[in-house]
Amino acid sequence: MRIGSLSLSYVARKLGWAALTLFFVLTVNFFLFRVMPGDPVALLARSQRLTPEAVAEQKALYGLDQPMLQQFLTYLWQTLTGHLGSSLVSGQPVTRVIGGRVWPTVLLVGTGTTLAILVGVLAGIRAGWFRGTRFDRGSLYGSMLLYSTPEGWLGMLLLIVFAGSLAWFPSGGLSSGGETGLGSVTDVLSHLALPVATLALSYVGQFLIVMRSSMLDVKDEDFVTVGRAVGLPDRLVRRRLVVPNAILPSFTLIVLSFGFVLGGAIVIETVYSWPGIGQLTYRAIESQDYPVLQAVFLLTSAAVIVANLVADIAYGFLDPRIEEV
Amino acid sequence: MSADATTPELAPSPRHFARRRRKDAFIRYWAIFRHSRQAMAGLVILVVISAVALVAPLIVNPEDLDPATAPGLPVEPPSSQWWLGTDNFGRPVLQLLLVGSRVSLIVGIAASIGAVFIGATIGMAAGYYGGTKIDKVLNALIDWFLVIPWLVLAIALAAILGPSLVVIIAVIAVTSWPLTARLVRAQTLSVRKRPYVERGRVLGASDLTIIRRHVLPNVFPVIFANTVLTVAIAILSETTLSILGLGDPNSISWGRIIEEAFSGGALVNGYWWWILPPGVCIVVVTLAFTMCGYALDEVFNPNLRKR
Repeated sequence: MRIGSLSLSYVARKLGWAALTLFFVLTVNFFLFRVMPGDPVALLARSQRLTPEAVAEQKALYGLDQPMLQQFLTYLWQTLTGHLGSSLVSGQPVTRVIGGRVWPTVLLVGTGTTLAILVGVLAGIRAGWFRGTRFDRGSLYGSMLLYSTPEGWLGMLLLIVFAGSLAWFPSGGLSSGGETGLGSVTDVLSHLALPVATLALSYVGQFLIVMRSSMLDVKDEDFVTVGRAVGLPDRLVRRRLVVPNAILPSFTLIVLSFGFVLGGAIVIETVYSWPGIGQLTYRAIESQDYPVLQAVFLLTSAAVIVANLVADIAYGFLDPRIEEV
Repeated sequence: MSADATTPELAPSPRHFARRRRKDAFIRYWAIFRHSRQAMAGLVILVVISAVALVAPLIVNPEDLDPATAPGLPVEPPSSQWWLGTDNFGRPVLQLLLVGSRVSLIVGIAASIGAVFIGATIGMAAGYYGGTKIDKVLNALIDWFLVIPWLVLAIALAAILGPSLVVIIAVIAVTSWPLTARLVRAQTLSVRKRPYVERGRVLGASDLTIIRRHVLPNVFPVIFANTVLTVAIAILSETTLSILGLGDPNSISWGRIIEEAFSGGALVNGYWWWILPPGVCIVVVTLAFTMCGYALDEVFNPNLRKR
């Protein structure tokens, strides 16, 4: 059976792979946090000095007196039904703690990633087409320089210059508070500007380099030579023949990078005090809030796995040759 | 004249040939490498920084680095006495940078060697047994590590194992091997099909012998270029982990200076001399490793040279 140009077995294979990967993440998550450092109660006892009775009580509560397999199954069931435990710091359910922080992160990283993709892909097309020109060399060196720059440090530099010395932008947070209506929108936008710029600058290089190198690959293909031989104008050869074929490798990278949106900005959010998942992760490290860290690991991995699945299936539609692999 | 008195000049041993061939290859590769301006610039930077890292303990007074005996006043701006100013303990930033180069380089290089060792082993095993169950399992493992958000995994590991230099190195190694594994696997797959490997197998060589004598020498260039490139990634990873407060609290690295400047209010108060230099050092060294790595890639892979 086929869906469009795709066979059902290809889709099923990819679905199975995603499910297996997710299961593996769950397993690692379980062993990482429960077995390696002792267990959650030992951690709790270390940080809060519980009496032996309280420790036993907590152990029973977490089911740690059960055999390991039983614990693992319980953990699987609880995770799948959305019970991720409570934050050791605030006592609130982890799902609620994370839920409130999803949108700021999506706003920041989504915008930054989109910007990086647009600039990177367009510049990569140009650089690859006009190989060896000053534009090509400049964008290649620029990409390499940005690639070698730690994103957190870049954020600090922008902050110290544009929020400190020049005072063009606020120095952090999501909003100044107290604004309503249109005022609040521009307020959030001005808070968004610097972290988005940092993120876009950090990620633009990889899109540029991938797009450029696949332009170079496709440029030498036979159908391009034929297009030229037939007498198509340069512009048409580029737009109709080269770019659509060269964009395929970038396409996977683009879809995947949206999967990394949730976990993608831990350092940048920390530098700009942006109230998203990244900052939550940073605080959870500081306060050893393991249930939160565990949930963040699960959530961000799941996002990437889903994005990977989407990329695989969409790629199958775009490029039927892939099915052979 | 006895039978075993053959002179090496008349009948060179196979080992002799191998050594000659290796020397010739090295000279040929070096000639290509030397023609790349980028590569030479990167190499010069790396030699200088390595020299600095080696002599740092000789030229830096340890008392300058101890918060209790720091020679300057807190956060002094650059002056003729302290070229790059001082930090919040009054320690001169220049001295911190000199000493910090050691940890940054050691972590970068050690983590990279660890990552490439894991990646090359898994990649060669997967490629050598290409198409079998072993390959499928290993390939799934590679894919899984490629997909997982490495920073979150690294954070989880570092947070659980506790901050120390060894943990940082191990965590970076464990999270940055899959790209190497994929490259090495592809290269091994192509080597495996070559006639001399087939011949070795027919003659009864064991898997281990074939891997050691034929596969490893052929994938080694890929491994070498990849190690150099991975150092860049590892240094950046160390910086990120340090900024998040997961670095070793007992040793000074460039990433840690940035973290201390950040939490010491350098941003709010505009202490640029404290936060700018360590980042510049990281960028320069990372760039140098990247440029050398790309150049090596081109040297060993003629297809890339036309780029």
